[in-house]
Amino acid sequence: MSTILIIEQVLNGLQSGVMLFLMAAGLTLIFGVMGLINLAHGSLYMVGAFAAAAVAGVTGSFVLALIAALAAAALAGAVIEVAVIRRLYDSDHLDQVLATFALILIFSEGTRWVFGSFPLFLDIPDALSGPVTLPGGIQYPLYRLALIGVGLLVAFGLWLLIERTRIGIQIRAGENDREMIAALGVDISKLYTLVFALGAALAGLAGALVGAIQSVQVGMGEPVLILAFVVIVIGGIGSIKGAFIGALLVGLTDTLVGIFLPEVLKLFMDAAPATSAGSSIASMSIYILMSLVLIWRPSGLFGARA
Amino acid sequence: MSRETLFNAALLLGLIAVPAWAVMTDEPFTITLATRAVILALAAAGLNIALGIGGLVSLGHAVFFGIGGYAMGILAHHAQSYTPLMEWPFLIEGTKFMPLIWLLAIVVSALVALVIGILSLRTTGAYFIMITLAFGQMFYYFAISWSTYGGEDGMSIYVRNDFPGLNTLAPIQFYGLCLAILVVVLVFSARLRRSPFGLALNAARQVPARVEAVGMDPMRLKLVAFVISGVITGLAGALFADLNRFVSPTMFSWQFSGEIMILVILGGVGRLFGPVAGAVTFVALEHFLGGITEFWHIFLGLILLAVVLFARGGITGLVAGKEATHD
Repeated sequence: MSTILIIEQVLNGLQSGVMLFLMAAGLTLIFGVMGLINLAHGSLYMVGAFAAAAVAGVTGSFVLALIAALAAAALAGAVIEVAVIRRLYDSDHLDQVLATFALILIFSEGTRWVFGSFPLFLDIPDALSGPVTLPGGIQYPLYRLALIGVGLLVAFGLWLLIERTRIGIQIRAGENDREMIAALGVDISKLYTLVFALGAALAGLAGALVGAIQSVQVGMGEPVLILAFVVIVIGGIGSIKGAFIGALLVGLTDTLVGIFLPEVLKLFMDAAPATSAGSSIASMSIYILMSLVLIWRPSGLFGARA
Repeated sequence: MSRETLFNAALLLGLIAVPAWAVMTDEPFTITLATRAVILALAAAGLNIALGIGGLVSLGHAVFFGIGGYAMGILAHHAQSYTPLMEWPFLIEGTKFMPLIWLLAIVVSALVALVIGILSLRTTGAYFIMITLAFGQMFYYFAISWSTYGGEDGMSIYVRNDFPGLNTLAPIQFYGLCLAILVVVLVFSARLRRSPFGLALNAARQVPARVEAVGMDPMRLKLVAFVISGVITGLAGALFADLNRFVSPTMFSWQFSGEIMILVILGGVGRLFGPVAGAVTFVALEHFLGGITEFWHIFLGLILLAVVLFARGGITGLVAGKEATHD
């Protein structure tokens, strides 16, 4: 086991963690501000990826594709907020789960209707393709490195937005007491639409960025959605900081355990059973991590409400 | 007799009359559809105990359905290949004997429900939903990576398993068996609701603090409800696998958990026959809409949205009016 391999895998883990954060941030923001569980967040991820793939297919420009992903996901988010989600803020979680599950069915089948069942492909832009040599002579794909950079930049931007702007003050106030900030003259329903569209745009961005290294297909959002749920359960629902730390933990655990556990098991047992047992346990590792965190802190690492 | 009782009686009558008619006109496919509806109703009746009476929004009930399926798959696989399941510390052989398969499905479902319940019930509300969902996903990925039993492809069983005194290969006899189990479970649910345990559980859903104040542990009540609920859904999984003679990781998928929940909501949460009404409607929609367009899930989604936003009591609520046990 070489140091190079370890560093590569750590970078892979960071990359998947950072992309997971884009999903989890939107989910946790929507839950924190509006108290809504949005299962359809994965559909917005898919909408972003499909918009990007379609625009890149026509124009050939990756930048335009990203803009299209952001715009399409934000628009889809705003539309479902106004049409459906808005009616669910006062309902119990059961209704929210069902209505957003219904939205998944509509989005997934609608996308299949428009684009067909075959996956689309989104190419990595030329400027970011190929490997780059890191200090220490490690070859690593430039695009994945760029994803880590974009993710960290978005995380920083989100922190600025929430902690340093007027909108951010309103969002934080909305988390605490929605009647009071409505009484202070903030148009609460407009604020909710904005927060929902912001979360949707982040999901769409993640979908487009990850779509370039995986295939763009119907149903691509749901596995990521569930990982993002694990992230925010670990981090504490409603906490952006928790989402960030949880996302990195999940990304790193998922990647590193899958690679290294079989190797570690080989020290104690035969190669074939070690590989199969290792991969079985690895596929469950993040859920085991989640259980451990919950036993220790039932409301997550940074959760306020239980 | 209330309108709900009449509606329930009509449903039950339909479940007897339609397959009887199908036998006379020799339409085995209708019997298969009816069997599917009955088994799905059984799975949903399980969830209805946790969700309807206990208020536990479990989005991971496919775990138990899958466990039931794999209990059947694993035992029958070893029986048909004449290999022992386990040789050490003592010999365990596979079996094609349904009651034994059900026993395994029930015991394993109960144990898993106990563990998941103890961990998940530490939390409430949104956390509970997400955690049950995550546990479901954990089993799904485990089944995919379990290459001994087919991994991603699942397992096929050549011949349906046996039940003493019945020819389970005859569709109508297998249907009768499933219907009998459903009726037993519904009678059990009806008695459970009126039992001291059911009443306490109902109270624990509404005001946990008061239940605690009279000296009962709401968490323990909910845990017992979760285990009972998981066991019933697990049994349904074993029957479902036998119906298709096939098990695969999709039985564990979270979409399936969502579907079981749809059945309960469509029929009416907390209503005794809600799961039956939901499952019959679901299978009918799947068959007729699915025949018209392969994108029938869009319409299922729209119907579900309409039920959630405008018809909270589900089908039973529409037909029989209010008197919801779930608020």
